[in-house]
Order: sequence, then structure tokens, then C-alpha cells
Amino acid sequence: MTQQAVTTDKSFDVAPPHINETRRFFRVFLKRGLVIFGLVILLLFIITSIFGPLFAPHHPNAMNLDQILVKPDSQHLLGTDYLGRDTLSRLIYGARMSLMVGVVSLGIAAVIGIIAGMLAGFYGGWVNAIIMRIMDALLAFPMILLALILAGLLGGGLKNVMIAIGVALIPAYARLMCGQVLSIRENDYILAGRSMGSSNWRVMFRHIMPNAFPPLIVLVTMQIGGAILAEAGLSYLGIGIQAPTASWGSMVSDGFGYLLTNPLLSFVPGIAIMLVVFAFNMVGDGLRDALDPRLRGTL
Amino acid sequence: MGTFITRRLIQSVIVILIVTIFVFIGMRMLPGDPIYLIIDRNQLRNYTPEQLQQLRHQAGLDKPLITQYFDWLGGVFKGDLGNSILSKRPISIELKHRIPVSFYIGIWAFIISIVIGIPAGIISAIRRSTWLDTVVTTLANLGITVPIFWLGIMLIWLFAVHLRWLPTMGYTSPFTNFGLSTKKLIMPVFCEAIFAIAGNARLARSSMLEVLRQDYIRTAWSKGLTERAVITKHAMKNGLIPIVTMAGMGISGIIGGSVLIEQVFNIPGMGRLAVDSLFQHDYPYVQGITLIMTAIVVLSNLLVDLSYGWLDPRIRYN
Repeated sequence: MTQQAVTTDKSFDVAPPHINETRRFFRVFLKRGLVIFGLVILLLFIITSIFGPLFAPHHPNAMNLDQILVKPDSQHLLGTDYLGRDTLSRLIYGARMSLMVGVVSLGIAAVIGIIAGMLAGFYGGWVNAIIMRIMDALLAFPMILLALILAGLLGGGLKNVMIAIGVALIPAYARLMCGQVLSIRENDYILAGRSMGSSNWRVMFRHIMPNAFPPLIVLVTMQIGGAILAEAGLSYLGIGIQAPTASWGSMVSDGFGYLLTNPLLSFVPGIAIMLVVFAFNMVGDGLRDALDPRLRGTL
Repeated sequence: MGTFITRRLIQSVIVILIVTIFVFIGMRMLPGDPIYLIIDRNQLRNYTPEQLQQLRHQAGLDKPLITQYFDWLGGVFKGDLGNSILSKRPISIELKHRIPVSFYIGIWAFIISIVIGIPAGIISAIRRSTWLDTVVTTLANLGITVPIFWLGIMLIWLFAVHLRWLPTMGYTSPFTNFGLSTKKLIMPVFCEAIFAIAGNARLARSSMLEVLRQDYIRTAWSKGLTERAVITKHAMKNGLIPIVTMAGMGISGIIGGSVLIEQVFNIPGMGRLAVDSLFQHDYPYVQGITLIMTAIVVLSNLLVDLSYGWLDPRIRYN
């Protein structure tokens, strides 16, 4: 009877099934159709930005004054504007502008914001207080207003727009990073590292930073849409990318005067903006769900 | 509760002070001479160097930066926001006309963002995965992606040019002619509000979904409460906390939106004045408007945080 009472529970001897982390990531990431749709659009967007100029039927700034305000035909698939410039070609070149502004301004914001947030979270005390109050002050400006004023003061044009939007986006990264650092700091492996004598820098960049990445990556994808929208808004106002360079925002502005006859001129660039921003947001949602479902609703 | 309020108040004051420092430094760091704060750059050659020096001295531009800052700050508190470069008159005169316009549109946009956005999100959470949820979620996702200046133009094309239901642009005070004012302002208000509506809906939905998963909701259901009782008595209060916070932050988006929308619809408000004066290099206006807009944002954030403290007792006693 004693022998029967002792049961060998195999489950203690057998290791739990090994889940391939990469496979799990892709399985969750690609679960929703909208995310795949977003990925396709993004791919198209990036390919158009980089290789589009090779395929554009016309030069975007080529004025053809006998072909003004033409409706879509075989020569001009989306028609021409008030100076005879082909809309489709301008759209393709505008994609490159939008991508550039999105990437560069986010790069600026991420680098400065992450470092600021890291320092604030790591050192705490008055470093934290000063940095976070500055971030609060930056956040007090409505984003478009801040970008507008910075770009306007600096003089407008592509470079200044990228700087202006970048600065406007810094606080989000700083705050997120600071919060991440504050929670990661409490972990035992950090304590172990410090007791082994790791310098501050080593702990910060070798241990804390890699663990802080997932929400940061999600934030980047979520914010590229905002950066592109901001660039479009600034170009619409005339502060951003200057004429005659094609930019989706300025195309919308140019088309306004011809709403009665050629509504396509304003309509098409806006649709392009919406598609790209939508794609980034969907991919960002998917990334967030795949990386850490607990972030749902917070980002 | 008292310490909480005091702490938040002090924090807001510090933030506003830092904002003033930013604005002050920004204006002083103009590419070019700070003299452009007083005279139009096209007029520069009309002045001899001695006259320029005298102007500088009159405006106090040769004093140390710190003194200039405090002088300017003192003036702001007394209501003197400086004079326009172009018209040489105090900017507060023009601002007095423009602020109510932007304020009226902004308030309506804010109200609509709350009244439409939050219930939409809550309902779509309660009726999860039905067609209603799909519709609301899709619309909300579209709402945060749409470029609002483009939306404005498309709405003008549809409702004013094509259908001729609404006037194209312009502003009429509601006190002059309420009907015409409303017709003119439906589209601008909607455009300014759409980002906030969509954002609130998304947040309300995810917040409610989170709350509805909780154990205490399951307890309420198992007690046999009606759906209405479960939602209103138990789920709402907890769900509302992050929603209220975010809804208050919507003010920043609405103010930012006014910069674009007033341009599209040709509305004589603060936002358009900011853009116009930036283009005309009339910097005192830019300075003053920025201060006012950021002060509104900081104030609304403060109110939101205070109400957050009232809604969530855990904050009070921390």
C-alpha cells in the first residue's frame, strides 16, 4: 500500500515546452489583418520614397504651361496642377520628404529624449527634478505651435522643420524612458552589476537600456504618424518645405483654390498622408501587442 | 488633500516660469539682432547707428539678460505684453478681439470631444466585438490619422461647394447672429475636435475593457446586478480615471488644431494671428500668444490633475 501511495508525477521530470520567442512574436504580431495591411502600405511607402523617383513619369517641378489643371488622363495619371506639374510625380517625391522628416525628427527626439530620460531616472534627485520640469514645460506647448514657432524662428525649410518637430517630440521619450528606468532599476540584475563594480555608464547602457527598448520602439512607431502629420501641417501653412519642392502638405494647400474644378489636387495628397499614418499606427499597435500586451491602453 | 493641491500648484507655477524662460530666450535668440523685436527688419537701413543705439537703450536691450527677463515678466503680470512691431500699438488690443473667437470654438470642440468621444468608447467596450464596436473602433482609428487641415478642406468641398448646405468660411459672433454663427462654425469645431474625439473614444474603450475584466466586476455580475448597475455603479468610476486625465489633455490638441483650422476657414482667432505675425516677423505677437496658449494648457492640466486627485482617493493620501 505504501508503494501505491507514492505516485511518480512525470511532470516534474519533464521540462516545460520550449517556446521559440521569435516565433511567438511573429505569431502575435501578424495575427490581425489590419497589421498586415499596415505593413504592406509601409513597404510600399518606403519603396516609393527610395526608388520612386526612378519610376516617376515626370519631374515633379517641371512646369508645363500648356497642360495646366488637366484632368487625369494617360499622360498624367492623377492630373496636373495650376502650373502644369504632374500630380503623381509630386506625390512620389513628396513621399520621400515625408519619410525623411519622419525618420530624422524622430531620430533627434529619440536620441535626446532617451538620454535625458535615462539620466533623470538613473540619478534621481535634483537631476530628475530639473529634467522633468523642462519636459513638462515643453509639453505645455501644443505640439504644432511649438514646431511652428521653432521652424519659423529658425527660418523654415526642410532642415529646420526636422529640428523643430524633433524638439517637440522629445518629452514623450524622456518621460517614458524615465519611467522605464525607475522600474528597471529595482531589478536584481542591476544590483548584481553594481556590486560587481560596473561603472554607472556600463549599467546604464549595457543593462538598463536594452531592457527598456520594447515600449520605446512602440512609441517610435506611434509617433512617426504624428511627425508626418505635423510636417504636412507646417508645409500647408507655408513654413515647412518651401516651394517648389513637392510636399504633401503644400500640395493640399495649393489645391485649395481649385476645389471647384479639380478637387483631386487637394484630395489625393491627403489620402496619401492618411494611408501612411494609418499604416504606422496599425503596425505600432501590432508591435505593442506582440512585445508586451500589458501596455495595451497606455500607449 | 491639501498637500496634494499645494504640490501641484507649485509644480504648475514652476512649469509656467520655465515656459516664460523658454519664450524669452527663444525671442532673444532670433537669427539676427534682438533689435528686430522693436523695429521691422525692412526699416533697418532707415536708422542711423546712433538712433539704433538709442532705440536699444530705450527698450532696455543693453541691460543684462536677467534684468531684461524680469522687466519683461513684470510687464506681463501688469498686462503689458509689448507692442506690435508693425502697428506700434499694444498687442493686447488685438488680442482682446481674437481670444474670445478662439475660445468659443475651442470650448465647443472640447465639449463635443467629451460628449461624443467618451460615451462612444464606453459603449463600444460594453458591446465588444459587435458591429457597433467595429464601427466605432474604425472611425476612431481614422480620426487620429486624418490631417485636420485636409479634413477641413474636404468638408468645405462637400458641404459648402458641392452641397451648398453650409457657408464656406468666416466667423460670426454667436451674439450677433446665433444661427449663422452655428452654421459657419460646425465644420471648424468638428475639425478641431476630431482628434480629441477619436483619442477619447479609443482610450475610453481600452480603459473600460480593462476595468470590465476585473474581479470585482465579476463579483457584481455574480451578485445578480443588472447590466446598468454593474456599469454605472462599479465600472464607471474606476474606468473614468484615466479617461478624465486624457480628456483634459485634449485641450492641448484643440489649441494646436486652432492654428491650422483658423487658417483653413479664415477665422480671425489667436491661431491665425500667431501664424500671420510669425510670417510678418511681428514677434511680440508670437511671444504673447504663445504665453497665453501655454498658460491655458498648464492651467487645464492642473485642473485635470486636481480632479484626478478627487476621483482617485489613493492619490490623495499618498
